[in-house]
Amino acid sequence: MEHDSKPVEELQDVVIRFAGDSGDGMQLTGTQFTSTAAILGNDLSTLPDYPAEIRAPAGSLPGVSAFQINFSSRDIRTPGDAPDVLVAMNPAALKTNLKDLKDGGMLIVNEDAFTEGNLKKAGYAANPLNDGSLVKYEVYKIPVSTLNANALKESALSKKEAERCKNFYALGLMFWLYDRAYDVTVAWIREKFSKKPEVAQANELALKAGFHFGETAEIFRKHYRVPKARLKPGVYRNVTGNEATALGFIAAACLAGKPLFYASYPITPASDILHELSKHKNFGVLTVQAEDEIAAAGAALGASFAGGLGLTGTSGPGLALKAETVNLAMMTELPLVIIDVQRGGPSTGLPTKTEQADLLQALFGRNSESPVAVVAPATPSECFTMAIEAIRIAVAHMTPVIYLSDGYLANGSEPWLVPDPESLPKIPITHPTDPATFHPYARDERTLSRPWAIPGTPGLEHRIGGLEKANVTGNVSYDPANHDFMCRLRAEKIARIADELPPLEIFGSAEGEILVVGWGGTYGAITSAVEELQKEGYAISSVHLRHLNPLPKDLKDILARFETVVVPELNLGQLSLLLRARYLVDAQSITKVQGQPFKVSEIVAGVRRFIAPKKEVRSWH
Amino acid sequence: MALTRKDFVSDQEVRWCPGCGDYAILAQVQKVLADLKVPRENYVFVSGIGCSSRLPYYVNTYGFHTIHGRAPAIATGVKSCRPDLSVWVVTGDGDGLSIGGNHLMHALRRNVDLKILLFNNKIYGLTKGQYSPTSEMGKRTKSTPAGSIDYPLNPISFAVAVGATFVARTIDTDTGHLAATLDAAGRHKGSAFVEIFQNCVIFNDDAFKDVTDRTVRPDHSIVLEQGKPLIFGKERNKGIRLNGLKPEVVTIDSNQGDEGLLIHDAKNPDPSYAFLLAGMELPEFPTPLGVFRAIEKPTYEDMLHAQVAKAKQSQGEGNLRKILFDTETWTVS
Repeated sequence: MEHDSKPVEELQDVVIRFAGDSGDGMQLTGTQFTSTAAILGNDLSTLPDYPAEIRAPAGSLPGVSAFQINFSSRDIRTPGDAPDVLVAMNPAALKTNLKDLKDGGMLIVNEDAFTEGNLKKAGYAANPLNDGSLVKYEVYKIPVSTLNANALKESALSKKEAERCKNFYALGLMFWLYDRAYDVTVAWIREKFSKKPEVAQANELALKAGFHFGETAEIFRKHYRVPKARLKPGVYRNVTGNEATALGFIAAACLAGKPLFYASYPITPASDILHELSKHKNFGVLTVQAEDEIAAAGAALGASFAGGLGLTGTSGPGLALKAETVNLAMMTELPLVIIDVQRGGPSTGLPTKTEQADLLQALFGRNSESPVAVVAPATPSECFTMAIEAIRIAVAHMTPVIYLSDGYLANGSEPWLVPDPESLPKIPITHPTDPATFHPYARDERTLSRPWAIPGTPGLEHRIGGLEKANVTGNVSYDPANHDFMCRLRAEKIARIADELPPLEIFGSAEGEILVVGWGGTYGAITSAVEELQKEGYAISSVHLRHLNPLPKDLKDILARFETVVVPELNLGQLSLLLRARYLVDAQSITKVQGQPFKVSEIVAGVRRFIAPKKEVRSWH
Repeated sequence: MALTRKDFVSDQEVRWCPGCGDYAILAQVQKVLADLKVPRENYVFVSGIGCSSRLPYYVNTYGFHTIHGRAPAIATGVKSCRPDLSVWVVTGDGDGLSIGGNHLMHALRRNVDLKILLFNNKIYGLTKGQYSPTSEMGKRTKSTPAGSIDYPLNPISFAVAVGATFVARTIDTDTGHLAATLDAAGRHKGSAFVEIFQNCVIFNDDAFKDVTDRTVRPDHSIVLEQGKPLIFGKERNKGIRLNGLKPEVVTIDSNQGDEGLLIHDAKNPDPSYAFLLAGMELPEFPTPLGVFRAIEKPTYEDMLHAQVAKAKQSQGEGNLRKILFDTETWTVS
């Protein structure tokens, strides 16, 4: 074998984007590349970007599906602003993705797909591979389809079936180019297609052929190596936000010693949580695919009333439908967790794209005074921790909790330092049993929460509902003073959750000129941007909010210690509106609603607008 | 000590209008709960919104007065999570068939073991008198001064069509029939749907007079009895026969006797018969009362928990460490 016959260059990090037709298997290619990068010990972050249509017409621009991975020997937090390498499996993929490729970046195209028909579908008048329009890039024209077909000549598959293996050919080539073994993918193929050995064999053959092509063909002069990252010691796995969310709620149920009851209605991008949870029935997880969003919330609330851990999941439009049930849960003071994997809106919006514009809906999208707790994970792996936190708050405070994930977190992945289950704190739950002392709306002195008395307990039979209740007895009450008292009490109950929140972590100095405040999935981009500006010498720090209602108690003081507060959000300024209202702070917004996450450079540029000129002068010293 | 009706009376003052049919239903519900011998703490009453939906406040069991139309969905959650509970849904024609029609349909087709009592008064009472999905065509109400132009829905046809395993109809004023029907529903394993003709004295008084009035009742109604021929009339001289695919009323002559009459079989696995009965309406036919359909099918909650048991058996009891680490992992030292 001519192993290592070509020189290897070491790189710190690489951003690759795989792009092709929806039918080309780009998501699979991306996740397989990710698995190997993870196992080789790179830090990584991924960004799948796929169309809402299941199969838009082949070769068309709307049918392009892409997967970006940033893998690194450093600690990274985002999938990368711009790819260093673009793998384009057809003209449409080239057309829609080329604008993002770095100048001088590597462009690998499947030359075979650049047929007249495909060029026309992508809107190219001339073939970009021949018209000189790609001179700024390092272009590799590779006839992937032909090479793949040749490699599979002996296979049992038909020509058409063999063509479908070409993504593995491309993947094999990329494995060679980045000096990584294909074993992990081979093992995956064998297991995945164990019932179709001929398909398994062909995919494996294509993968290896692609790899060896890189090694032997006189096209690439060298290949690259991205060494291991220096991560915190421990056992790691790769995880997407939706996986971590599902695992987190299962863990929470174990910690609470209660069955998890998940009712949901299929909706992008939350459906994977239902899929994942329904695989784990051996934990006692009960999953119900309800007839609609309202029923899903209702069934979950019914389960909570019955003493289970009621959980429902959805995306923005579904949260709107669940509002009335959330309000009932608030009124009856039952624990209920509502997952909202935010997507581009309003209305049906951009179902497969990301956004974080449901913050105000979560906080205020119900009739009348309806305070509920709202939490938001910051990274894909943190979805695990925040799921446990959501259940903890729900049962400790007898309240609905809205858990705001987003499409970027849900589908994005990163290495996760897996926690030891023994290290996770138990979630204590008590149900009253003594009829002599029981009152349905009696209050815990510290939290103001009411007792969770569950059916089946003799002597505690009681009725609850959406009508206003008298405190303590829980009887229906239309008394004006009682209503006023109860509205304030419910608000105070939620406010007291803040008593037990840990102090905010400030990234940077505890005081300074600029404070960047973020929440949710923008954590990686914000932190990287702030770090970059810190290196330039600016007195800039950031805080990231995981609790949106109530807000952490120390936030007020932290805001006051900075001259300017800047809030980057994937909406038109919802958190900034909240901070302005709550703290009378002149918060400045950096906003974006393109269905795409922030690039680090966008936040850097956005923050610069708020840096006073004199401060820039100072930074030149 | 055996429970009695009184054990199911709550400390709340009943606030329905004087003369409302709901009082009679409440009393029979309380009586039947005692008869069913389920421990009181294991009963759960779930309701939506409307006059009927206030019932849980008056029954001394666990109760959940929820949101308009959603009681079947919420009750599905209660029963699915806790199959050991006896879960009853109280709804009305507006709550169950208009705003909540979708949930009612799905609870019934899933065969969740819920006892669903639909108080049909053919009117919106709590909102003070608008027509409902069961109001007759042409009905003049506050919202339809020129008469309703909606074709009414037949609750029994609906329940049979969506696959309910137990479907019955009874009347608020006939306490014996009401109690027997509720009792049968309570003992049915699976979703039991009971339409109760309920008189609203304020907004739709005498809506069922055509059936319930003593003078016309024998000729205007027919009581369904398992295994017995469909006979009705003051003189017990009228019967129902099948003519092709259509039922027809025939006068029984003394020579012929019951021969050729339909024999009531609520256990017929084919729903066509129950659907045919459901379609019998005044004035052409007497209104059927009693159990239209009572078949056995595995329930949703039993199948749900059976899957959990099976998963535990085949995969072993859930182990958190296993699902967290049982994937491709790597160690950083």
